[in-house]
Formats: sequence, structure tokens, C-alpha cells
Amino acid sequence: MSDPEDINADRIFNDDEARTPLPIGGGPTMTAGQMEEAEAAVPAGGEARSTGTIFRQMARVFRENKLAVAGLGVVVFFILFCFVGPHIYTTNQTNTQLALQNSTNNAPPSSKNPLGTDGSGFDILGRLMFGGQASLIVGFASAFVATVFGTVYGALSGFFGRWLDSLLMRIVDILLSIPVLFLLIALVTIYHQSEILLILVIAFVSWLVPARLIRGETLSLRNREYVQAVRVMGGSRSRIIGRHIIPNSIGTIVVFATFQVADSILLLAALGFLGLGVPAPQTDWGTMLSNGVDAAGNGYWWQIYPAGLCIVLVVVAFNYVGDALRDSLEVRLQQR
Amino acid sequence: MTGYIIRRVGQSIVVILGVVLITFLLAKLIPGGEAKAVLGPKATPANIAHFNRLNGLDAPIYLQFWRYVEGLFAHLNLGYSYKYNQGVRQVIGERLPKTLTLVGVSTLIALVLAIPLGILQVVRRNKPIDYALTGASFFFYAMPDFLFGTLLIIWFSFDLGWFPVSPPTDSSAWAIFTDPRAFILPVVTLAATTVASFSRYMRSSMMDALAEDYIRTARAKGASNRRVLYGHALRNALIPLLTLLGLSLPAIVSGALIVENVFNYPGMGLLTVQSAFNDDIPVVLGTTLVITVATVIGSLMADILYAVADPRIRLGGGD
Repeated sequence: MSDPEDINADRIFNDDEARTPLPIGGGPTMTAGQMEEAEAAVPAGGEARSTGTIFRQMARVFRENKLAVAGLGVVVFFILFCFVGPHIYTTNQTNTQLALQNSTNNAPPSSKNPLGTDGSGFDILGRLMFGGQASLIVGFASAFVATVFGTVYGALSGFFGRWLDSLLMRIVDILLSIPVLFLLIALVTIYHQSEILLILVIAFVSWLVPARLIRGETLSLRNREYVQAVRVMGGSRSRIIGRHIIPNSIGTIVVFATFQVADSILLLAALGFLGLGVPAPQTDWGTMLSNGVDAAGNGYWWQIYPAGLCIVLVVVAFNYVGDALRDSLEVRLQQR
Repeated sequence: MTGYIIRRVGQSIVVILGVVLITFLLAKLIPGGEAKAVLGPKATPANIAHFNRLNGLDAPIYLQFWRYVEGLFAHLNLGYSYKYNQGVRQVIGERLPKTLTLVGVSTLIALVLAIPLGILQVVRRNKPIDYALTGASFFFYAMPDFLFGTLLIIWFSFDLGWFPVSPPTDSSAWAIFTDPRAFILPVVTLAATTVASFSRYMRSSMMDALAEDYIRTARAKGASNRRVLYGHALRNALIPLLTLLGLSLPAIVSGALIVENVFNYPGMGLLTVQSAFNDDIPVVLGTTLVITVATVIGSLMADILYAVADPRIRLGGGD
């Protein structure tokens, strides 16, 4: 535990552990030592698996794990709700004048507005769809950017090793030591909010963990026989990284990306709650919650609970899916 | 142990210097430049050139960085807030102790609650109480802190009126204790998530310890169940918890930012968000730098405690 490498392994493990409350009634988790053994045992096989296999593996996870199916169901429901819903349940969400023609502001739930209206007269049910679009888009997009960048960064760092590895990993250490919301707000203050910038800014604070994880995988993969074989046959470095190391880490990458979507949605919700979310006329669930809280003293509960519930449901759903995927990875490890 | 501590201190210094470099670079990367951020979008080129000359912003970048570092370490100069018309250090000064109090008290309470809860879950593992606590920690873990705090304030401050809606806003750090009731909900909110993850960790760390050979040895020697549990397993399980504590600090401090904004608690987090609204970039960068340094020092202290607590390191010479 005293060795710096061990501390690194421990951090990865802890980060994992921080999410481990999810498997209910789960047994003891792996120690750092076990984790290293497991890592060493990862893919003993030859060439990179084709993507078909990982999809088949994921399909098996969902057949076997009810919670994962429920989680996936919730995710699919919200995607339909936010992107198809507005076409079925049409409301005006950008023009207060038009919104107020149909109802009053702060109206409680009624047959006309199933979840009531907010302070500007916008229908809450329609606004949940409208705001959910931003939450989901930013969540997916920033998780994607963070995972891709972190993967490449981690693979380069682990593969080239030596001084480059030390330098790249020190940069990760430094950025990780800044409490994430402070860094996020500093970035949001300097680069004024637009949806694209929010995606990039959230990705900027999120790529550090995958960089560490993939570096660890790369360290254990780069000395495998098949990588040496590629090297002997004159395969270029970019071929080794692109065709062998990254495809062999795909499980870790997919699991991380799933958790990161949840984290990104939460980060955006936190920013929205603080009043620094996507700029008007667009909105997001965090901003809706924050607007509702401003009126908390008036007892407009319908402006608070639905948005809060949406955030929690989506985040928990993604965590269930991620958990099941991670378990499937570990199952694969045990079978070898 | 000395070797370990020296290395950890060295790492911390590198991290702090790195954070200084990052805040410096962020200020340089302001779109339109620092001068425009202060003077406004209508500033003439002459105004900007004058401002840059006055503030040494026309010097080469490495020289600017050197002056920045020198100002920081020699004079604790964090820059100047044109919105407050005060040095950033003066603006931050009265806020920092409040945040440190909030984080410190919450973390202590979280530890005091999480350790017995984790033990209880191990002693009664796979019994209803274990499942109930697992479910509860899952709930608090999944609950975003801004939502949990909001619900607490609505239920207990607005509806029931048990707690004031926001704490006294006196400038002294001790003012928060003049009305301790105002301090309760923020601490509960911040501690809840931490208790959830710490007790989970405590549970699995105890389980790991119980699977070790020395536990079997202790049992074979005839040690009582109690002694095995508290004398052997617990002492070993507490050590990794110290590492977790050090690693969790940035997340707890991030949580404090949210909590401060939910409860209008006048600390660094509230200041940062208010300054973000005011486009007061020097204050935002200043709070980020100061809070990070505080976090790094906190983590360092946790790691040193870990070295002291673990005889394998304490007595193990260099490592």
C-alpha cells in the first residue's frame, strides 16, 4: 500500500468502491492486491475480440440481470419521453406569452396541465421533456468526449511509459486534486455557457478517471505475448494501441462510459441547480429544480418533485446498467 | 516511515505547484484577455494597452508566471477583485474558516457514524438489518446532495419550521455557532452521502479483514469473537478507511459547495457561485486555488495518519 503504484491501484479501486453500494447485499469487494491479480488475468487470449462479441456479452448480461433490464428500460423510456414525447404532447416551452394564453402561471396539476405550470406559465410535463433533452444530450455527449479522450490519453501514457507516463499521470493527479465543482465553475465562468461549451467543460473534468483506468490496463496489456508478436512482425505503435490495446480494454471503457453518463447528468444538474446550467430559453432538469426551489416557500411542490425524480431515476438507471456490465466483466474474469 | 512521509509531502508540493500553474493558465486563457474581462467589452485598444502595462501583462509569459508565483508565496497575493474592490485574499479570508468548519464537522460526524454502521453490518451480515442499511446507504448514495438538501430545507425549515432557513451571516467564523440549529441541516446533508460511502467501504473492508489468515490464527489461539472482531479485524479495517478519507476529500469539498448554496451558508462555495454570476474571475480562480490547497493538505494529513496507524509502514523503515 505504500508504493506509489499501489496507491494508484487503490485510487482506481476506491473509485470503483465508491460506486459499489449498488450491488445490494454484495459480498466483500476486491482488495488492491486482488485487483492487480485480476488485472493480470484479464484477457489471456490472442487477437482483439471483435465488437460482435462484446455486444453479445452485453446482451447476455441483460438477459440474466433483472435490475439491469429495469435500468435499461428506464433509460429507453426517458429517451422516448424527451425526444418523442414533445411530438405527441405538444406544449410551448420557449414563449411565455404563448404559454400564458393556455394557462396561468404556478397552476397546480389539473386535467389541462397534468403536472401543473411553473412561474412563467410553462407546462411542467412538457418542460420535463424539453429540459430532459438538454440533460440527456449533455450527459451522453460529455461522457463520450471524456471517455474517448481519456482512453487515448491513458493508452498513450501506459504504452510509452517512462518520463512521458510520469508527466501525463502527474497532470491527471493535479487535476484530480481540484474539487470538481470548483474547477467546473471556474471553467463555466471563463467560458460562458452554451450547450456545446458545457459538454466540453464537463468532459474536461471527467476524462481523468478513464485515463487512469486505461493506463492501468495498458500497462498490463503491453507486455503480453501477442503484443510482442505484433511488435516482432513489425506492427507500428499506433497499430498496437489502436488494434490491440484499446479493443482489449473495451469492457472497461464501456463500463466507465455508462457510469460517466450518470455522472455527467448529475454534474449538469448540479450546475443547473446553482443557476449555471444551459442558457435560456433552453432549460435542464437541474435548472427546473432550482427555479422550483425559489418558490419553495409557496408550497408549489409540483415545481420541485418531478424534476428531482427525473434526475434520480435516470442516474440510478444508468448506475444499474453500469453495475451489471461491470459484474459481467468480472464474471468473465472468473471463468478464465 | 520518514521516507514515505517525505515522498508524500513532495508529491503534495508538486500538486500544489501544478494547481498554481493551472489557475495561472486559466486566467491567461480568458477569451478576449484579462484586460477586457476587467475593463468591459467596449474598452479601447489604448485602454487595454494601458491596463496591461500597469499590471505587467505585457511582460513575457514566463516572467508573468514568476511574478504570480512570487506574489502568491511571498505576499499571499491572490489577485485583485474589481467587483469587491478588495484583494481576493481579503474577500476569501473570512469565508475559508466557515467552509473548513463545515467540511471538518461533517467528515468527523460521517466517520463517527460510518464505522459503527459498517461493523454492525458485518456482525449481522445477510440479516435484515444489513439489507436495510445497505438499502439506506444506496438511497443516500443515489440521492444528489442538492436534491437531498432541498428536500430537507422544504420539509424541516419551510413546512415544520424546526430550523432557520439560512444561517446567521455575520463575518466571524464563530457566528455560525451563535445559532447552532442553522448548522444542523447543512452538516446532515453533507454527512449523509459520506456516511453512505464510508459505511459501505467499512463493511467490505471488515469483510476483507475477516477473510485474512491472521484472523484464523487468532481464532485458533482461542481469542473470543469480540476480540477477533475489535482487536484484529477492526484495527486492520480502519487503516484503508484513512486512505479513503484522504481520497474522498475533494468530493466532500465539492459537496460542501452545493450544500453552501442550498442553505445559503456563507463559505467558499457560496462565494464562488456568486462570483461566477458577477463574472468575477479573480475571485473564482482564487477560491479554487485556496480550496484545492486546503484539500491537498487535508489529504496529506490523512495519509500521514495512515502511515502512523499502519505498523507495516511505521516500523518498516523507508517504505
